[in-house]
Amino acid sequence: MKVALFVPCYVDQFYPKAAIATLELLEKLGVDVHYPKNQTCCGQPMANSGYEHLTKGCNSLFIDNFSGYDYIVCPSGSCTLHIKEHLHSAEKEEQATDIRKRVYELTEFLVDVLNVKDLKARFPYKVGLHQSCHGLRGLKISQMSELVAPAFSKPAQLLDMVQGLELVPLTRQDDCCGFGGTFCVAEEAVSSKMGKDRVDDHIEHGAQYITSADLSCLMHMEGILRRQKSDVKVIHVAEILNHSHE
Amino acid sequence: MSNVTGKTHPQLAAIFNQDEPRVDWHDETLWWVRQKRDIQAHKLPEWELLRETASQIKNNVLSNLSTYLEQFEANAINNGVIVHWAADAEEHNKIVHQLLQERGINRMVKSKSMLTEECHLNEYLKEQGIDVIDSDLGERIVQLANEPPSHIVLPCIHKKKEEIGDIFHEHLGSAKGESDPKILTETARQHLREVFLTRRAALTGVNFAIAETGEFVICTNEGNADMGAHLAEIHIASMGIEKIIPERKHLGVFLRLLTRSATGQPITTYSSHFKRPQQGTAIHIIIVDNGRSIQLGREDFRNSLKCIRCGACMNTCPVYRKSGGHSYHTAVAGPIGSILAPNLDMKKYADLPFASTLCGSCSNVCPVKIDIHNQLYKWRQVIVKEGYSPTAKTIAMKAMAFTLSSPGLYRSGGKMGRIVFKYAPFAVNNGLNPWYKHREMPKTPEESFGEWYSKRKEAKQ
Ligand code: SF4
Repeated sequence: MKVALFVPCYVDQFYPKAAIATLELLEKLGVDVHYPKNQTCCGQPMANSGYEHLTKGCNSLFIDNFSGYDYIVCPSGSCTLHIKEHLHSAEKEEQATDIRKRVYELTEFLVDVLNVKDLKARFPYKVGLHQSCHGLRGLKISQMSELVAPAFSKPAQLLDMVQGLELVPLTRQDDCCGFGGTFCVAEEAVSSKMGKDRVDDHIEHGAQYITSADLSCLMHMEGILRRQKSDVKVIHVAEILNHSHE
Repeated sequence: MSNVTGKTHPQLAAIFNQDEPRVDWHDETLWWVRQKRDIQAHKLPEWELLRETASQIKNNVLSNLSTYLEQFEANAINNGVIVHWAADAEEHNKIVHQLLQERGINRMVKSKSMLTEECHLNEYLKEQGIDVIDSDLGERIVQLANEPPSHIVLPCIHKKKEEIGDIFHEHLGSAKGESDPKILTETARQHLREVFLTRRAALTGVNFAIAETGEFVICTNEGNADMGAHLAEIHIASMGIEKIIPERKHLGVFLRLLTRSATGQPITTYSSHFKRPQQGTAIHIIIVDNGRSIQLGREDFRNSLKCIRCGACMNTCPVYRKSGGHSYHTAVAGPIGSILAPNLDMKKYADLPFASTLCGSCSNVCPVKIDIHNQLYKWRQVIVKEGYSPTAKTIAMKAMAFTLSSPGLYRSGGKMGRIVFKYAPFAVNNGLNPWYKHREMPKTPEESFGEWYSKRKEAKQ
């Protein structure tokens, strides 16, 4: 099984630790991971702002980098969803279609493809799980509170395998954190209020860490926590799953 | 109507957010309604099937709209109802005015109708010297406050009971400082009773129009539509062309979904059927297009016409809850309003499709399965292509696209203090940066993942 690691631009630049944890975790689970070195960005920041027509270059580059793998794994629900829904190319549509089918967010890859049943990780803290909207309602990595259907959560299922970790319940299980790409600056007032409220829910339930399968949400909440000089930290789910992993 | 025009959603939302406790209260109130909806939905194991059925019935309606409308018209006429067609708001308003004028009526009672809000009927009639009283309690309150509704189901959800007490004191003579909901409701009841008894004309909206029978159904919790319509000599019903359902048997699907989604009740208190006029009275139906057939022709957006106006998408929308209905500066606020409004005036409402994080909760609660968040995304593309996007944003996006299309530029940009993020939202670390106003910037690590990876590779070799 040949797997390509897709590290979104902002993870590459600001949160390399999450990408390292993803790589190490996959390797420890016996996966042959490749990192195509010319990758940049999935194009979502432009597309979500209404400039999908400017993403041709990004798309073409993405196709060149990620064609020919069995799976493409990404530690971000949001970027994975963008590729799944919007990767197209007039010249290379066949390859684009192939990639759209093969791209996986990390936790869904671990659960659905690798069928991970146990992990040797240990993380003795109280953790709040932020269900990022794109992972949740886009990729359906967890059941959504609006729908009448049996509950499940792929990230929570994995976190349950981590020794010492206590998942805290939240009052609003899957409310949005307000990041939303350019929304976070264009609608700064609402965005930051949403982020504050989201963070408060975790704090009120005693979380020491907030985790998520999406770093964009975590980056937003980290910005708020640090402004409040809070002790609560954010951590990508890969870092927890890879924690003290022998 | 209070004048909120000229300001965009972010500006109006920022004003709303100056009073944080109020934002919290607004947010909590609507979330409470959303939770009531959840409880009701989860009581029905067949909920998702109901949604799918409703969605498919509406798809059929939209694909055969003209056939069903003609069938409805023929049956309604057979029932003794007079049918009018209005191409736009102006024509609709003129028809209403003419019907009143013909009878020498200058006072009318109206029950809740978002279509008449959309057509600005009240203002129009006021200019013609006609007095209109809204009989839905929430509508009456905002009418007295000289404001538009802020929510399609809960028109005065933005007002606290103390504020309502002040309005009633000023306009209806209740005691100063009175804020007991029971007493205020009684005050309104007395006031409206007099209105119902004295108005010769009543206007209502239409929730469902049944093609098969030519009848129409109005749902209210207060019975105010019935009170107005039964006591008046002329009942005018305004309906959008999309309100059609094919057969009577389909009604059950929608009635089960509508109020559960809207307020978390199993059904509305009154679901009243109107088929033929009582002796000595007349029923007129005005079937209004007002941009709907244009939307029907926009393939990506036609789905929005399936809406049954339950308001669930507003209650669940975190942006709506934290920015208030008036920030959308359009008759139908919230997620559904943001995909309907640009059809009416793309320039004026160019801001609305961006007033969303695309979290997708709206599409999930929607009882007729409108893909609202996907349509918001698609509107963004249309609006940018039509040139209704700020120039500065376009320049930044072009620069960003250019940098990200080249691995070399991306890497060197990243090295030079991660300047690639010059173009990203959470940009410059200064007071002018909207990110930095309430949030710290992410810390810059020593090296990027790409750099770490190259080093590791070298070390391994
Ligand atoms: S779009 Fe759907 S959820 Fe929103 S008001 Fe219409 S029917 Fe209700």
